[in-house]
Amino acid sequence: MDYFYLTTSLVKIVALLAVVLGIMNYTVYAERRISALIQDRLGPNRVGPFGLFQPIADAAKFLLKEDFTPGHVNKFYYWLAPCLAMIPAITTLAVVPFGSSLFGVPMVIADINVGVLFVFAIASLGVYGIVIAGWSSNSKYPFLGGVRSSSQMISYELSLGLAVIPVFLLIGQLRLTEVVSYQIEHGWMIAPFVGDWTNLRKWLLAIPMLISFVVFTIAIFAETNRLPFDLPEAETELVGGYHTEYGSMKFGLFFLGEYVAMITGSAIIVTLFLGGWHFPGIPDGSQGWSWGLVNIFVFFSKVAVLLFVFIWVRWTLPRFRYDQLMRLGWVFFFEIALVNIFIAAIILAYFPA
Amino acid sequence: MAITVSRPKLNWRERAYLPAILSGMAITIKHFRNMLFGRTKVTMQYPEEKWDNQMPEHYRGAPALVRDDTGRVRCVACQLCEFICPPRAIKIIPGEFAAGDRFAKVEKFPQEFDIDMIRCIYCGLCEEVCPEQAIYLRKDYAITGFTRADMVHNKEKLLEIGGVMHGVVLKWNEKK
Repeated sequence: MDYFYLTTSLVKIVALLAVVLGIMNYTVYAERRISALIQDRLGPNRVGPFGLFQPIADAAKFLLKEDFTPGHVNKFYYWLAPCLAMIPAITTLAVVPFGSSLFGVPMVIADINVGVLFVFAIASLGVYGIVIAGWSSNSKYPFLGGVRSSSQMISYELSLGLAVIPVFLLIGQLRLTEVVSYQIEHGWMIAPFVGDWTNLRKWLLAIPMLISFVVFTIAIFAETNRLPFDLPEAETELVGGYHTEYGSMKFGLFFLGEYVAMITGSAIIVTLFLGGWHFPGIPDGSQGWSWGLVNIFVFFSKVAVLLFVFIWVRWTLPRFRYDQLMRLGWVFFFEIALVNIFIAAIILAYFPA
Repeated sequence: MAITVSRPKLNWRERAYLPAILSGMAITIKHFRNMLFGRTKVTMQYPEEKWDNQMPEHYRGAPALVRDDTGRVRCVACQLCEFICPPRAIKIIPGEFAAGDRFAKVEKFPQEFDIDMIRCIYCGLCEEVCPEQAIYLRKDYAITGFTRADMVHNKEKLLEIGGVMHGVVLKWNEKK
């Protein structure tokens, strides 16, 4: 038994969970404040300075509310669904390298060689939470939400999976730490001007990478049920969508699960396309523990920027109609991602490293 | 008859959809930036900021009783306001001055004067109808209380809001 490994892993898990749950709470706050500012309002600014204690008040409200179970639901699945919505989103974070190293310990919980496959495998379990919630509620609106969600998530998982193939064609490995170290050596995937910018191959490869990035980001929007793809919980059509029959902390788990999925999605985008914890000019953790902390900070800053984009898009675009959503997924993104693989493959074949 | 709505022909840039999204996002970020740097004027932060010094001259707030220079409650309990009050918010119990009193000539005064601020509609008819100019609508608007009984302004409360009206005010002098 390697006690050092076990202890450090446990510490990393607890620390990452604490950080991510903290970020999640403040993402909810940021969502409310940013949406307010975009709509020329002020948003919650009463609880504490600038309303910064609002997440605490929200959490207290969720926990203190009566945990009500309607009589007409299937109790087992009704209780199971919120857990299923929350757990896959958090589990995915295990393989994401969120920093270089701290005191010689690599800042990734599980550096497994099937990295991105693990991400897709676990992330696609998230649909079960929603489908089971919709089904077990035994009510028509949640049911419709669940049905919509399952078809939407399955459709977009396709383009999600296809969009990352060019990245792994280029690197030849599925390990996410390898993706980051490749980007440290050769510059970020979508930024060919970082590093040796005279290299023609890098500029050419940036084209499929940029396409991948856009398709992947949009697919992540759909996977996390964010506007403009929030059909599973379209308030105007489906009351509350799949969580109509839920209240108190069970609703809270769905709600927070969505935000954790957002954070996870952003973390994966950052790792795959935006250089992970790397920033030009900042050394990694082997140069001292303070640089290791800076690397972690850089990673979460990039995640925060992406979260801002998520929120920004949500308060800009209207919701898609259901047929438009399906058309976009199957007719455009699927084909674009597919052609993109060929572009990347051709470039790699004619411009070998 | 069915009406055919003609669809506008979109050029490639509009059909590509992404430029439109980006211009939309540019608009929202402009709003965000202007709000963030306080360039957009928005909602007043009510309890901290108030309109009090910008209240118009004719603002009708809470009705109040006034005293005159000698300290007498100007009201003579004629009960015209009680009679005219549309929501019947005013209740007056008149009393008579004793024979030797300094104000015996005035004859009557209100023993009790209650205005139920839950009922009051701030119409100002009481002020208009008062022959003695004893009741005025002040600019107080934040009338709050924890119970219904709290919301009834009695004579003391009304006089506290109203204060003293200085100078001889003979309402009809101007009309002569």
